[in-house]
Amino acid sequence: MEPFHGGLGVEVSMAERSFAREVQDLRLGDGDTFRGEGILAITKALLQSGVSYVGGYQGSPISHLMDVLADAKDVLDELGVHFESSASEAAAAASLSASVMYPLRGAVTWKSTAGTNVASDALTNLASGGVTGGALIILGEDYGEGSSIPQERSHAFAMKSQIWLLDPRPNLESIVKSVEDGFELSEATNTPVMLQVRIRACHVHGQFVAKDNRKPAYTIREALENPQRDLNRIVLPPASMLQDRQKLEQRWPAAVDFIKRRKLNEFFGPEAGEVGIVMQGGMYNSVMRGLQYLGLADAYGESKIPLYVLNVTYPLADDEVAEFCRDKRAVLVVEEGHPEYIEQAIGTVLRRRGVAARLAGKDVLPLGGDYTAAVLSKGIGAFLDQNAPHLLGNRPPLPSADAVVSAAPVKQLAEIVPPRPAGFCIGCPERPIFAAMKLVEKELGPHQISADIGCHLFSILPPFNLGGTTMGYGLGPASASAFNVEADKRPISVMGDGGFWHNGLSSGIGNAVFNKQNQVIMVVDNYYSSATGGQDIMSSRADNARRSTNNPIARAVRGIGAKWVREIDRTYDVAKMRDTLKAALTSKEEGPKIIIASSECMLNKQRRVKPLFNKAVKEGKRSVKQRFGVDEDVCTGDHACMRLSGCPSLSVKHLDDPLRDDPVAAIDNNCVGCGNCGEVAEAAVLCPSFYRADVIYNPTRFDLFMAKLRGAVIGYLQRRRDARRVVFS
Amino acid sequence: MNAVAPLPTGESAAFDRPLSIAVLAMGGQGGGVLTDWIVAAAEHAGWVAQSTSVPGVAQRTGATIYYVEMLPPRGGRHPVLSLMPTPGDVDVVAAAEFMEAGRAMLRGLVTPDRTTLIASTHRSLAVSEKEKPGDGIAASGPVYEASDFAARQSIQFDMQALAERNGSVISAVMFGALAGSGVLPFSRETYEAAIREGGKGVEPSLRAFAAGFDRAARPPEPVPVLEAEALPPPVPTSVGVPQLDALLARVHGEFPTSVRPMVFAGVKRLTDYQDVAYAGEYLDRLRGFLALDRAHGGEAAGYAFTDAAAKYLAVAMAYDDVIRVADLKTRASRFARIDQEVGKRDGQLLYMTEFMHPRMEEVIGTMPKGLGLWLEGQPRLVRLLDRVVNRGRRVKTGHVSWFLSLNLVAALRPARRRLLRHLREGAHIANWLALAERIVAQDYALAVEVLACRRLVKGYSDTHARGESKFDRVLAAAPGLVGKPDGAGWLRRLRTAALADEQGEALEGALKTLEGAFEA
Repeated sequence: MEPFHGGLGVEVSMAERSFAREVQDLRLGDGDTFRGEGILAITKALLQSGVSYVGGYQGSPISHLMDVLADAKDVLDELGVHFESSASEAAAAASLSASVMYPLRGAVTWKSTAGTNVASDALTNLASGGVTGGALIILGEDYGEGSSIPQERSHAFAMKSQIWLLDPRPNLESIVKSVEDGFELSEATNTPVMLQVRIRACHVHGQFVAKDNRKPAYTIREALENPQRDLNRIVLPPASMLQDRQKLEQRWPAAVDFIKRRKLNEFFGPEAGEVGIVMQGGMYNSVMRGLQYLGLADAYGESKIPLYVLNVTYPLADDEVAEFCRDKRAVLVVEEGHPEYIEQAIGTVLRRRGVAARLAGKDVLPLGGDYTAAVLSKGIGAFLDQNAPHLLGNRPPLPSADAVVSAAPVKQLAEIVPPRPAGFCIGCPERPIFAAMKLVEKELGPHQISADIGCHLFSILPPFNLGGTTMGYGLGPASASAFNVEADKRPISVMGDGGFWHNGLSSGIGNAVFNKQNQVIMVVDNYYSSATGGQDIMSSRADNARRSTNNPIARAVRGIGAKWVREIDRTYDVAKMRDTLKAALTSKEEGPKIIIASSECMLNKQRRVKPLFNKAVKEGKRSVKQRFGVDEDVCTGDHACMRLSGCPSLSVKHLDDPLRDDPVAAIDNNCVGCGNCGEVAEAAVLCPSFYRADVIYNPTRFDLFMAKLRGAVIGYLQRRRDARRVVFS
Repeated sequence: MNAVAPLPTGESAAFDRPLSIAVLAMGGQGGGVLTDWIVAAAEHAGWVAQSTSVPGVAQRTGATIYYVEMLPPRGGRHPVLSLMPTPGDVDVVAAAEFMEAGRAMLRGLVTPDRTTLIASTHRSLAVSEKEKPGDGIAASGPVYEASDFAARQSIQFDMQALAERNGSVISAVMFGALAGSGVLPFSRETYEAAIREGGKGVEPSLRAFAAGFDRAARPPEPVPVLEAEALPPPVPTSVGVPQLDALLARVHGEFPTSVRPMVFAGVKRLTDYQDVAYAGEYLDRLRGFLALDRAHGGEAAGYAFTDAAAKYLAVAMAYDDVIRVADLKTRASRFARIDQEVGKRDGQLLYMTEFMHPRMEEVIGTMPKGLGLWLEGQPRLVRLLDRVVNRGRRVKTGHVSWFLSLNLVAALRPARRRLLRHLREGAHIANWLALAERIVAQDYALAVEVLACRRLVKGYSDTHARGESKFDRVLAAAPGLVGKPDGAGWLRRLRTAALADEQGEALEGALKTLEGAFEA
């Protein structure tokens, strides 16, 4: 394993990206205007709130919070804030235990609900014992169109553990205020608080007026040097029973009281009205647009219908709910996702208190999916139609593209426009792994392949079409466990380095070793947690002054008893990859067969290497740049190479040749010369049309001498042949 | 489709509605940068702007929608802006690739009352378009058609090419096109200030911006003529070389005008592939086809039979063998072409490495007929030799030793007609042509399709074998189709199916359909 060095100076930033500009934004003080993304506004809000420590696990849409803090050492040091890239969401959640006994504000973050699932063991215990210092959990809610995970709700976690859930209106000011409120709410109720921010709100560009950062009054060091314990905070009977009573009798009522007193929920529109709308804070902008389409609001938030905006979606303030609904004929609940927990809870409030207002929600709105302005204008329209039709006035037509989309010229595009799912990047080192797997499949037949979460999951899409299931991060090998019986084939599982360190070492490798599983485990090691933005992990090769890197995966798996371990240090060696995979599938040895396939993520490698290359060239040093090309007259246009690649840089094009029906392969200038094309052509015996071009910058005198010599001989032979040839020019 | 109706109270604020812009781009195209510029320009002009996106995972290839809304504040009140585009309520759609423009229309983001569609006409092909054994490239024509129908106005040109010409990226040209479209009420200086504030690569970006601005402000150019409709270049009568002129004289003298371009293309290919005599053989054979064609009413059909024969016979006679590959790889013109393609500059050196994987099969094919046939009768010996031969070889064509080896193989060209591979190819061609000749008397259109099936034979090694097996299976169906209603159509459909996937699953299905087709 070759460690490499950052090369860009001593302080190598996390991964290969610099967030220096964003770090500057964290220094803004009282009255300055912050302009930027929602997730960065949250990061700034944490520092304004006097947070003592921050942890988390990277993932869309909250990666930026982690990345920026990782680069913000100076700012954090000045404030005495401890930041950690946690090994998993469970580790992050457990770190909040620092707020149990000490008045320390702590925040953790991850992608939800994926990460909340992982964290929920720690969350359960944290919520049971309760906290002293404010504990804030920032959930990047990956819900709706473009989401990469199943469509579940974080709301359920809040309800089951009695953790309060904030869902602020999606503008920077509201989100920042919610962070500050969240800490106070947590402290006032001894309860951890979750702050849910949807993916578009995380990425929304907006502005807010900043405040000075606040140094925590009580430091972690003070806590560490003056340890305290309280048996009542520890989850063990009888204390756990006591804690449950505390939740119900003290913390919950305290929360409701705080929410009402501090007016965390907001009311808009006229005081009275026949009908009203209750919504999650995150739905506010879309509801307003929906109302505007119906002629019931203007673009500046002036509504003709009373609105009750729940910036806290759990717990409900029953009094507020009842009060809002009391004089109304009907109330609509706008609640994205399913099931409709809030609507049910409101129903209970109304019934118990004998409020007669009719309750509507998912009867007029869809059960699932995004609540877009279009969806909401339709749903609100239906609600008003049933309950207050006169409010719809002269019923302006809603914006719609239905007529356009169903007309022939547009409709026919459905047959033409190709799907464009995400795929492996140009030069991705994972491509040759799956090309090799494809070649093995051709030889030994299809196998049960248990896939995992990470870039490598793109193997399930064309052109590779490999992988049968995916059960969760780092759980690829574990999900092949049941296939451990006598058979003519053995299962294959895939796991990335990210998933490996997250939990795969124990749940996958340890599990397979202990149970003497026969499966083949392909560990994809690309030096980073790539799918989440290229963060460093345990086995990253970069020297990172603040983290321990360069811990080889091979040593870890051998350390827990794996025997059959093969390391491939250049994944682009397709033939070797294929042969190793074949050996693993046919080996007589007991126990898991582990292949560790290592090559650097190309996206990060390019970020790292490009400036170095340009610098070397500028300094006049001999440098070689490689890229691939296709001889179009040798290519027969069968596209076999495409089916083992899918590289964005390798495409096809029509030639201006009447004898050709089908387009031929072509490689564009974005090629980084990874080698996959040539290796695949060679290993799969495809065709000889690929070539690699090595361009030598700043050639040495010897280079020039040899080039002259070669040019003379080759040029002579070429001229001689051309002279003899009778052809149309 | 009036988006915002006036409030009954008649407040003027009721008529305010934000301008909305959706940017469709793929990872790596700078959609985020473009969005930031748009926001910066709006803020520069004192408007409130909000942008958002769902970039998802960090990969470069997926399609992403960025969305911007903007409106000036009114009386100190900031607008409430939406985080998602609403179909039927989008002012500008900017698509960084042509099929993405199509996708925007499918999603209802482009409507005739509102939307200015700014789209780059270049294509970045999706995997599904590239992996088909045949031609899977989606047609751009329908996207032009749809934008004429769906957009209020369209600004469409190759923004990628314009960006490259100006040493910049497509996002800068798109920003220029947006400014040039005049849809947003900002001055050119406002846009340029946004680029300057961005700080990175300002000069090239401004250049590309200006190019995009000018191009967008110009009246639209007509939709480019699609390849199939383009007229073939005229066939010359003389190139100044007597041997070649003799061939040209035959092309002009013996063949009707409509097929001459194809016959000339064949002659050109075969002189290049082998020699003048080989092209002469080709013309001789083709004359036979023309005679048949005439005899069966070909004139009325525009000599489609001869045209197809001219095309596919040339392709078949110029089969790919090691001599051809060695010849092409060592040409001076190739060296020059690669220098240019890769962008080699003065003072730099360039060396090629070829990825070759010869097998014993290729070696035997390059032997004289007798020797090759004898060796084929010795399977154990062949296996032994294959162990030595059959491996990947990295050939450095720019090095003298490797060049000499390839040059030697290329020099076998004059002997090609005597080699085993030529015998095999000749037999294969003869069978195929014989079938076409038999059928043309009974079913002219079907015979044309039989010729066109040659398209299925391509590739090397396994791919070639699969292609050949598809070719055989498709042609096996031809005799049964003679005289059947739409027999030619059936054969064409079988061929299309054979080109749809690698394993021939679509062909399998099509053959099953055919089995039942004429039962009733």
